[in-house]
Amino acid sequence: MEEVIRLPRLGEPAPDFEAPTTRGTIRLDDYKGSWLILFSHPADFTPVCTTEFMAFAQIYPELQKLGVELLGISVDSITSHIAWVRNIEEKLGVNIPFPIIADLNKEVAQLYGMVHPGQSKTETVRCVFVIDPNKVVRAMLYYPLTTGRNMDEILRLVEALQTTDKHGVATPANWRPDDMVIVPPPNTTESAEERLKQGYECADWYLCKKKL
Amino acid sequence: MACISPDGKPTESGMKLLRALQSGPKSPEDVAQETGRPMYAVRSGLRELAGAELVTEKGESYELTPKGSEFVGPQA
Repeated sequence: MEEVIRLPRLGEPAPDFEAPTTRGTIRLDDYKGSWLILFSHPADFTPVCTTEFMAFAQIYPELQKLGVELLGISVDSITSHIAWVRNIEEKLGVNIPFPIIADLNKEVAQLYGMVHPGQSKTETVRCVFVIDPNKVVRAMLYYPLTTGRNMDEILRLVEALQTTDKHGVATPANWRPDDMVIVPPPNTTESAEERLKQGYECADWYLCKKKL
Repeated sequence: MACISPDGKPTESGMKLLRALQSGPKSPEDVAQETGRPMYAVRSGLRELAGAELVTEKGESYELTPKGSEFVGPQA
């Protein structure tokens, strides 16, 4: 029988789960009302993953100011997670302040399409799911085992989504907070005609920016 | 946060939530505000304490059970 691989899709509800973590049993529902970054790593006690965990810990205070929580996951056991975070604190001086799901039976990993057999048949790849306060998946990243993720981009991504929600705008390539944002393009010939008279910075009627 | 230790007693995190309910039933939001704990941790913790019968749900709030009161003293 063919195996069905499920991947979440942008704009759709994040798959519900209840899972054991290093901070007790947690449900996706527990995060309702907050933004959540659910991110997976291949394995505890491995070098790239350790650098990523320290980097996630470093941006956690900034994420909290934005109303964002972090939740890690791998297929390792609770015992392994506990030993690993203790090791990171003892050897590297970094406290890991967020929970980590122990997904031994790969239940959550399968819901979120985290296992990619071309990379590993047993471990999750490096996924990031940005889930909004209504539990909708707003962005996804899937990175290979070899390549650590960039925290600047993850922060930038969350801030861009929050800016979109707050102001009803889009954000251009390489957007940073305080940069100009994209005015939603006109959707009628009449409004297209009007657009160039509205005082925005426009390359043409469909590409206009403004300061917030 | 893990609120019940393997011996069935509340952990320090669990005690914080129990103490927050000493003054009467509270919603998870009120408990989060009082304890300064993140919402996900409060929701997860109260559920765990309810499973251990130290708190019980009352509408959208939680309150101490007699068993829970034994750890923090009676509800005000």
